[in-house]
Amino acid sequence: MDKSLTPVIAGFIPLLDSAVLVAAAEMGFAEQEGIALKLVRETSWANIRDRIAVGHFDVAHMLAPMPIAASLNLTSLAVPMLAPMLLGLGGNAITVSTSLWADMAAGGADTEGDPASTGRALAAVIESRRSEAAPRLHFGVVHPFSGHAYELRYWIAAAGLDPDRDVEITVLAPQIMADALATGQLDGYCVGEPWNTAAVAAGTGRIATYKQAIWPDSPEKVLGVTRKWAEANPRTLAALLRALSRAADWCASAQNVEQLAGLLARTDMLGCPVEICLPALEGSMRLGRNTMKQVPDFLTFPGGAKMAPMPVHGKWFHEQMVRWGQAERSEDASAEVARIFSPDIYLSALGLENVPRDAPIRMFDGREF
Amino acid sequence: MIFGLSILVIDDNKIRASIIEQGLRDAGHDRVMLVHQMGGLLRQIADINPDVIVIDLENPNRDQLEHMFQVSRAVRRPIAMFVDKSDSHSIEAAVDAGVSAYVVDGLKRERVKPILDMAISRFRAFSKLTEELEEARSELADRKTIDRAKGILMKSKGLSEQEAYDLLRRSAMNQSRKIIDVARSLVIASGLLED
Repeated sequence: MDKSLTPVIAGFIPLLDSAVLVAAAEMGFAEQEGIALKLVRETSWANIRDRIAVGHFDVAHMLAPMPIAASLNLTSLAVPMLAPMLLGLGGNAITVSTSLWADMAAGGADTEGDPASTGRALAAVIESRRSEAAPRLHFGVVHPFSGHAYELRYWIAAAGLDPDRDVEITVLAPQIMADALATGQLDGYCVGEPWNTAAVAAGTGRIATYKQAIWPDSPEKVLGVTRKWAEANPRTLAALLRALSRAADWCASAQNVEQLAGLLARTDMLGCPVEICLPALEGSMRLGRNTMKQVPDFLTFPGGAKMAPMPVHGKWFHEQMVRWGQAERSEDASAEVARIFSPDIYLSALGLENVPRDAPIRMFDGREF
Repeated sequence: MIFGLSILVIDDNKIRASIIEQGLRDAGHDRVMLVHQMGGLLRQIADINPDVIVIDLENPNRDQLEHMFQVSRAVRRPIAMFVDKSDSHSIEAAVDAGVSAYVVDGLKRERVKPILDMAISRFRAFSKLTEELEEARSELADRKTIDRAKGILMKSKGLSEQEAYDLLRRSAMNQSRKIIDVARSLVIASGLLED
């Protein structure tokens, strides 16, 4: 390793949206900014949280709500954190078992994943199951403080259901979701790619709807960093953000998609077949056995100002924590959340000015935040 | 009368799990249970009703487990990660060693800390053991390669074993390489030539 480079250790979970970190480390973008970026693969979000808290990692690939949960002291080993950059927009989907899909389709569920339509169909299935005294449907998410949990709950609640009463929601590791669906342990789940495509390819799952349809262009993973590290290493952080932004531009370019898929599929990264990495990266999703859908923005790494966090993103996640009983509403908490999702560090590192801030969030059901 | 704590050890690695179990038993804990599989874990936890849960950090199911502790009605008493804020050193030591512990609500830290310390030291001892085993294995493999290289030289150049070894050593010194590297090249080259 070149001694003049500043080492930065980053923890990541093997998911497609680790792409920006992977590209920064493997394609030379970190080195160009004077950083030796070392990636450490982890097996759980709990490990990411613990290892960044004790200082094993300088930065980490994190679920967007995690820095909020840590800063508001809602988890173990809670330390004040920041989310100075978004690492990817979209990328999740809600997959249901083929038998649940058959019932939903019979109830008129849109085959192209419209969340209002598929939600209504789910509500009808649940209503008829209730009249037959059938057990509650069982859904999986990867973490209680995750975009997946909040998207699934939002979709279910928008259909007039109560996600705490009308279904059962449990936490499972992403790589075992597709198997849990195949064995009937789960009826559906919300997870990032490639774990929806994996179930569709295996013929055991059907994508009912997806994050880009529920909340367009919404943040999924962020770069997580402890406030302590950010304050002690402002130059290194700024250089890292520039490197990651350039890596995002590279990931976003259509001509690099095959190389990116090849990088991500490597055994030391996701360790999966290239074919299941490609659909989300190319925006060409197989929703079911015979349904292809072009969703160009399914998972994006737009780079530039679009990867700046915004206080309204944090606000949305915090509102969901309050809505589902994970957090209390308070002025202090709101101010803290706005600080965590402040775009200032990112915009100043990239020298971006006059960037419009806090365009309101518009959800699929018309609600605004 | 003070009852002993019941301790559940969750670890896919059976050898490491028994090393920890033994350590805890030696320290006077007689209610130690091991679980290797996550299937049906919630029910097992409900049945065992442990005071302390020790889990390895490689386990991909930690998120699932933490969620169960928070929300499940099957787990009778609230369980939280053992985090002693007054002792950040031992948290670091635990994460370094690759182990984490969860305890039921209301347990005094004095009762739990020795258990965590024990798990930490046994985890460390285990990884040292594994490293030594790895080293021993690769040393053994190296020795075999050098023996094969010697054999090739003895056969092809009609040397004695000592002469063959001296030749390997001299070539290594002349090229500033390790003997094992020269031996490996020789074995590979000879394999290619034979084909």
